[in-house]
Amino acid sequence: MVAFDEMLPEESGPRRPYSAYDRWLKEQDPARLTQKKEDAERVFRKTGITFAVYGELEASERLIPFDIVPRIISGSEWRRLTQGIEQRVQALNAFLDDIYHRQEILRAGRVPKELIARNAAFLPEMIGVRPPTGVYTHIIGVDIVRINENEFYVLEDNARTPSGVSYMLENRETMMQLFPELFQKIKVRPVENYPQLLRQSLAAVRPQSAKGAPTIAVLTPGSYNSAYFEHAFLADQMGVQLVEGSDLRVVDGHVTMRTTEGYKQIDVLYRRVDDAFLDPLTFRPDSALGVPGIMDVYRAGNITIANAPGTGIADDKAIYSYMPEIIEFYTGRKAILGNIPTWRCSEPDSLKYVLEHIAELVVKEVHGSGGYGMLVGPTATKKECADFARKLAARPWNYIAQPTLALSTCPILTEKGLAPRHVDLRPYVLVSDRIQIVPGGLTRVALKEGSLVVNSSQGGGTKDTWVLDD
Amino acid sequence: MLLGRTANGLYWMNRYIERAENMARLVDAGLRMALTRTQSTSEEWHSVLLSAGSEQAFAQKYKDYTVGHASDFLLRDTSNPSSVMSSIETARHNARMVRTALTRETWESINDAWMSLKRILAKPIDERDLPTVLDAIKRETAIIRGSFYGTMLRNEIFDFSQLGTYVERADNTARILDVKYYVLLPSISWVGSTLDNYQWESILRSVSAHRSYRWVYDADYKPTNIADYLILNVRMPRSLTFCYRFIAEHLKFLSDDYGERHACHQTAERTHAMLRTGSIKDIFDTGLHEFLVDFIRDNTRVGDEIAQNYRFY
Repeated sequence: MVAFDEMLPEESGPRRPYSAYDRWLKEQDPARLTQKKEDAERVFRKTGITFAVYGELEASERLIPFDIVPRIISGSEWRRLTQGIEQRVQALNAFLDDIYHRQEILRAGRVPKELIARNAAFLPEMIGVRPPTGVYTHIIGVDIVRINENEFYVLEDNARTPSGVSYMLENRETMMQLFPELFQKIKVRPVENYPQLLRQSLAAVRPQSAKGAPTIAVLTPGSYNSAYFEHAFLADQMGVQLVEGSDLRVVDGHVTMRTTEGYKQIDVLYRRVDDAFLDPLTFRPDSALGVPGIMDVYRAGNITIANAPGTGIADDKAIYSYMPEIIEFYTGRKAILGNIPTWRCSEPDSLKYVLEHIAELVVKEVHGSGGYGMLVGPTATKKECADFARKLAARPWNYIAQPTLALSTCPILTEKGLAPRHVDLRPYVLVSDRIQIVPGGLTRVALKEGSLVVNSSQGGGTKDTWVLDD
Repeated sequence: MLLGRTANGLYWMNRYIERAENMARLVDAGLRMALTRTQSTSEEWHSVLLSAGSEQAFAQKYKDYTVGHASDFLLRDTSNPSSVMSSIETARHNARMVRTALTRETWESINDAWMSLKRILAKPIDERDLPTVLDAIKRETAIIRGSFYGTMLRNEIFDFSQLGTYVERADNTARILDVKYYVLLPSISWVGSTLDNYQWESILRSVSAHRSYRWVYDADYKPTNIADYLILNVRMPRSLTFCYRFIAEHLKFLSDDYGERHACHQTAERTHAMLRTGSIKDIFDTGLHEFLVDFIRDNTRVGDEIAQNYRFY
C-alpha cells in the first residue's frame, strides 16, 4: 500500500501548498534544524506542556513529541473541509435534539432503536431537557484522514469533551518563536484567537437567567488529570476561573463557586469532566469530581453545561457508522465528508466478513478511545489476530471494523533527514448561534515508521497545522 | 474574584518556596559551624534540625547527628515533608493548581527550579559538593522571587502569596531564635567566649544577616543586639517586625478591596502593634523564650484565621 505524501507525492517536487516551505527548507543548514528541534523540546518542557500517560510508571508528566515540519493545507482544500464539517456538526446537534425529544429518526427506521436504548452513552436523564439556546454539542473535534489528493474521510466525531486544542495553540506559538522568518514569507491563517472565540461562543449560549455579562468557568477533574494543562491553559487564555468540583455548590437554585468573598454564581460551565462524574445525585454517587444537584439547576435552565450531558450518543463508534444516514436525514443532503466504510460486528454478515478478513482490517472497540483495545490487522502477528478474533467472536456487538486505509503521510525531521509518517487532522469547531471553525487544528503524527496509530498515548506526536491564506 | 482554593494554593506555594530557601540557609549555617569548630559538631546539627522543626522525624530515622545524615534529611529526603525537595515538589504542585493565577515567568521559574533541583538532588550529595548545591537552591528560589516580584500584578493574588511568604518567614526566624535563645541570655555571658561568638554568628548566618548586622550595629556581636535585630529591626527583611509589617499591610489591602474585616486582621494587627512598640529590654524582662513561644502560637493562629476567613477550604 503506497501512501499519499502531502508534501512530496513524487520525485518531481513538492505539492503546491508546500512549495514556498520547500524552497525555504532547502536553504536551511541541517545542523540548524536539528538545533531548532531541540529548542522546541526545551520550550515545551519549560512551559510545562505535559501529557500524563495512563499505565506508565514515572511517566506522569511526559511531553508529546513535536515535529518542526508543518502540515500545510491550501485555502481551497480548507474551504471544502469546512463545508463538510459544518454540515456534519449541524447534523450532530439536530440528531441530539431529536434523540432526546421526538426520536423521529428512530421512528423513520434510519437508525435502529436498540442502538440507542442499549447504549451507555444515551442518558435517559436528558430526555425532554432542552439546553439553553438549544445547542447540545458546543465544542467538537472532528478527526479527519486523507488518502489521496481529493479524498478526505471522517474517522471519528468527538462531541463530548475533545482535547488537544492547547497543543494546536502552543504548536503555533512554538513555531513562531523558532521560525519567525517563515511566517513573514508564507501567509498562514491565524489560530491564536481560538480562546477569544471560545469565550464569545460560550457567552452566546448563556442561560436566560444570566444577568449582564455571564460568569464562565472551566471545570477540571483536577491537576492529576492527563489534560489538566489544557484546562488551565484555556481558563487562563479566556480569563475565566478554573474550578474543581470541590469549589462548587448549588445555592438557591444556581451553581456557585467558593471565592475568597463568598459564593458567586456561575452561568456557563465548560466542563472537562465526563457525564458519569458530573452530578453524584444523578449519575455516579461516588463521584467527587462533580457538583451535587447541578442537573436540577440544568433542568431548571439556570446553567449552560458545555458540552451538554448525553452528547456521547452522537459520537459513539456504533452510531458513527450511521452518520451518512443521519446527515442526510437532518440536512436533506448527502454528506460532503464521507465516513470510512465500517462493518458493524453486531450484524452477522459483517461479523463473518470481519472474522475472515481480520488480518486486513482495523478492529476497534465501540466505546474505546485513545487507541487502546484495537487491532491493526496488517501490522499484527498471526497470534495477535487469532487472540483478537476470539475476543471479537465472544462479544461481537462491542466491535466495529474498518479497512486499513493508506492514510496520507507528511514528512517529519529524523536524524537521517525528512521521512514520511502517517498523519490525521483534528480541526476544532465551536457552535453557538453560529458555527466557527478555526483555520488549522491538531495534526497528529505516528512517529514510528509505517505505524498508523497517531494517538499521543501510544507514542504519537504533533505538528503545527497551517491553513494558507490563498 | 479569586477562588478560595486558589488563594490557598498561592499561600502554600509561597510558604513552601520560602521554606525550601530557609532549609538551605539552615544547612549552610550548620555546615559553617562544622567547618569552624574543632570538637564534635553533632550538637550543632541537632539544633539545626530543631530549628527546621524536623528533629523528631529525623530521630526516628537516624541515631547520629552528622553532616551527611542531617543534610540528606533536610535537602533530599522526600519522606521529610519540609525537606528542600519535598518543599519544591509541594510548591510546584500548588503552582500547577493555581497556574491560571500566575504569570508565565513565575510559573516557568518554579517549574525550572523543580526540574533542576530534581536533578541536583537525585543522588546523595558528597559533602564537598554541599556548598555548590546550597548555592543552587538559593539561586533557584531567588529567581522565583525575582520573577514573581517583577511580573505579578499587585492584586489579591499577590496579597495571598505574600501572606504565605511572611507567615512562613516569621515562623522560621522565631524558631531559629527559640532553639538558641539560651545563648542570647545575658546571664550566661556578657563577654562572649569564642564559642559564644560562633553561636551568635551561626544564628545570624541562618538568616543571612551576619554581614548586614555589622552595617547596623557595632562590629562586635552582642546578644541583645542580635535579638533586637532579628525581632524588632524594621529594615531587616527576616525580622519578626518586618514580616508583620507586610502581613498587616497585605491584610489591609484585602480588607480595603473586599470591604470586610475578619478575625485575622485583629490578630495580625495586635502582633504588629506589640512588635512596633516593644523594646528588646521588655522582651528579655518577660523572658525571651516565653515571648517566642507566644509569638509562634499567635503566628500559627493568624495563618489558620486567614485560611478560615478567606474560605481556603
